[in-house]
Amino acid sequence: SSWWSHVEMGPPDPILGVTEAYKRDTNSKKMNLGVGAYRDDNGKPYVLNCVRKAEAMIASKKMDKEYLPIGGLADFTRASAELALGENSEAFKSGRYVTVQGISGTGSLRIGANFLQRFFKASRDVYLPKPSWGNHTPIFRDAGMQLQAYRYYDPKTCSLDFSGAMDDISKIPEKSIILLHACAHNPTGVDPRQEQWKELAATVKKRNLLVYFDMAYQGFASGDINRDAWAVRYFIEQGINIVLSQSFAKNMGLYGERAGAFTVICSDADEAKRVESQLKILIRPMYSNPPVNGARIASMILNTPDLRKEWLTEVKGMADRIISMRTQLVSNLKKEGSSHNWQHITDQIGMFCFTGLKPDQVERLIKEFSVYMTKDGRISVAGVTSGNVGYLAHAIHQVTK
Amino acid sequence: AYRTDEGQPWVLPVVKKVEQMIANDNSLNHEYLPILGLPEFRANASRIALGDDSPAIKEKRVGSVQSLGGTGALRIGAEFLRRWYNGNNNTATPVYVSAPSWENHNSVFMDAGFKDIRTYHYWDAAKRGLDLKGLLSDMENAPEFSIFILHACAHNPTGTDPTPEQWKQIAAVMKLRNLFPFFDSAYQGFASGSLDKDAWAVRYFVSEGFELFCAQSFSKNFGLYNERVGNLTVVGKDADNVQRVLSQMEKIVRTTWSNPPSQGARIVATTLSSPQLFDEWYGNVKTMADRVLLMRSELRSRLEALGTPGTWNHITEQIGMFSFTGLNPKQVEYMVKEKHIYLMASGRINMCGLTTKNLDYVAKSIHEAVTKIQ
Repeated sequence: SSWWSHVEMGPPDPILGVTEAYKRDTNSKKMNLGVGAYRDDNGKPYVLNCVRKAEAMIASKKMDKEYLPIGGLADFTRASAELALGENSEAFKSGRYVTVQGISGTGSLRIGANFLQRFFKASRDVYLPKPSWGNHTPIFRDAGMQLQAYRYYDPKTCSLDFSGAMDDISKIPEKSIILLHACAHNPTGVDPRQEQWKELAATVKKRNLLVYFDMAYQGFASGDINRDAWAVRYFIEQGINIVLSQSFAKNMGLYGERAGAFTVICSDADEAKRVESQLKILIRPMYSNPPVNGARIASMILNTPDLRKEWLTEVKGMADRIISMRTQLVSNLKKEGSSHNWQHITDQIGMFCFTGLKPDQVERLIKEFSVYMTKDGRISVAGVTSGNVGYLAHAIHQVTK
Repeated sequence: AYRTDEGQPWVLPVVKKVEQMIANDNSLNHEYLPILGLPEFRANASRIALGDDSPAIKEKRVGSVQSLGGTGALRIGAEFLRRWYNGNNNTATPVYVSAPSWENHNSVFMDAGFKDIRTYHYWDAAKRGLDLKGLLSDMENAPEFSIFILHACAHNPTGTDPTPEQWKQIAAVMKLRNLFPFFDSAYQGFASGSLDKDAWAVRYFVSEGFELFCAQSFSKNFGLYNERVGNLTVVGKDADNVQRVLSQMEKIVRTTWSNPPSQGARIVATTLSSPQLFDEWYGNVKTMADRVLLMRSELRSRLEALGTPGTWNHITEQIGMFSFTGLNPKQVEYMVKEKHIYLMASGRINMCGLTTKNLDYVAKSIHEAVTKIQ
């Protein structure tokens, strides 16, 4: 007999299931819109030129492979903080922050979640927007926190339910933790406008909530890194000492290299040092110290003026292609003769789009047209190309007319 | 970390070669790996641990989880055990760690939720060797189903390993008491220069029918420290059990790091799957192991030639990167303060810090410390 006889089979990952089914499909017109990774206009993975250049530079330096410090590569963590906070940020310049390298977005979120579980004694409750990235809930739960929700997405309008959000957030018990998507909300693509962010900040301040920002798409959403970090920077300027998780998976295309960072804005540099020491104590029994490759590439790019410039152009290029696909999808739907309002497709931002399609319509798209997406009607716009946007519009129109 | 005879870090020549191959391969990109890691890495890593002819592999009852170094593999294994080992809540299940052990073992299991972490006798300071009697007694008296962390080879920090005969006795007691073997294998190849020899204990346990975990690190034997290359090998009764275990480990990985870093795994997979590169790697590993073995014998012979009080055969009988010299804290303080030789208060030295240039100085310093300070 086995120790593991009672171990249940884990449920299949819903998103992976989409890709599995897509792979099995023999239809030449098939489209994979479940993919959470950027694709170029030929539907291929895109390795940024600045990344290739950075890699060549790194290779020529012939560096050793000695362990990084527990908190990661200093040049990387400093540059990550500066990227998020802005070089003129008082919090950054005064050094009243600590940034540790994390295993991309997930790892950074998890370090933060564990840190809050251990040191934020006021509450166990983490409030997520409804809906949020599927992995947020298990990350916080495994870290020992409890999950609550606030209204966010309005399925009737396919946009932000701002009054619902404000209503819920104004009732969140003081000193709870609220998680906000900095930009390009996943999975809806619905972001608050700047005016709405201002109101959110005021309410959150009034309720004395601990703000946890998840920023996985800086630069990738609007094409402008400063614009995409606006909410994060505004909150800090309002005196809200946030915690922040960053990912370089999408905006630098470093997916499998796992480059990310977790930041805590503190009262002063001394507090930051103490927080840092505790973060290291959390990281050591998880994986000792982080992987160097992705951090080195990101650091080289952020800290080398020419490469940084090139990166900003490339990230804008990716964002622009996504925006252009959104525009083309809407115009193609109109051309198909669809009478529905598809404005949300261009109003939404980032990699994902909540189409508003119902499960039975999604099912038809998969079965009849080999267009693969998750049941909630979410599509990855990154999977759309100028070559297949017409087919996609046609398919969507057929199942919605 | 390993150091050359010039006291420098060493990037293995085969690693440099393979990195160049990877850099020149334009078909490669930076896409996400699967949650459990690069398939070619996982299979090869477990094959290295269990052996090419492993019946367990042939019977398809081996699973692998690519992890962030040996630490990451330990953590995933620990998190899984806490959830699924003996019932669904193992927070009270005793976990036994050797006395002494790598300090992080305690933290890994504590942070994974285990509340009852105990030590088992291991190092006998008086005879400067393994306290087998104490070890076996602890196992005989451990609550049934307790988890035991075993060092596969090159025990950290003592450098003292059980002999094959002693391992057989350990396995017998563990079988009798239904104790779970969780191997930590951070030095395979690096210890003796032979992959098979350094994996003997793990393979013996597998042949005895145990279900076990083995956390592997490729930090030392591939010199890939900062790339965080590790693997959790799972050996189960049959394929079905292993499949279900992996599906649950996948869920644990997803909330810890989502999917592992690709660079280091690619290097290891490429190396292990090419007979030529594998041979080159083996040569590099032997270079490292041989240098450490040489430093051990050179240090011992100098101490014996100096007539340093005490016996020094433990220096060559111990194995791996570390050696418990037997120096007491006062003598260590002397070494640090007066001779500027840095070692742990436990008397542990890193043999990699020895070079042909500093052997005489170190030997003389130890001699002074032992004769001047009691």
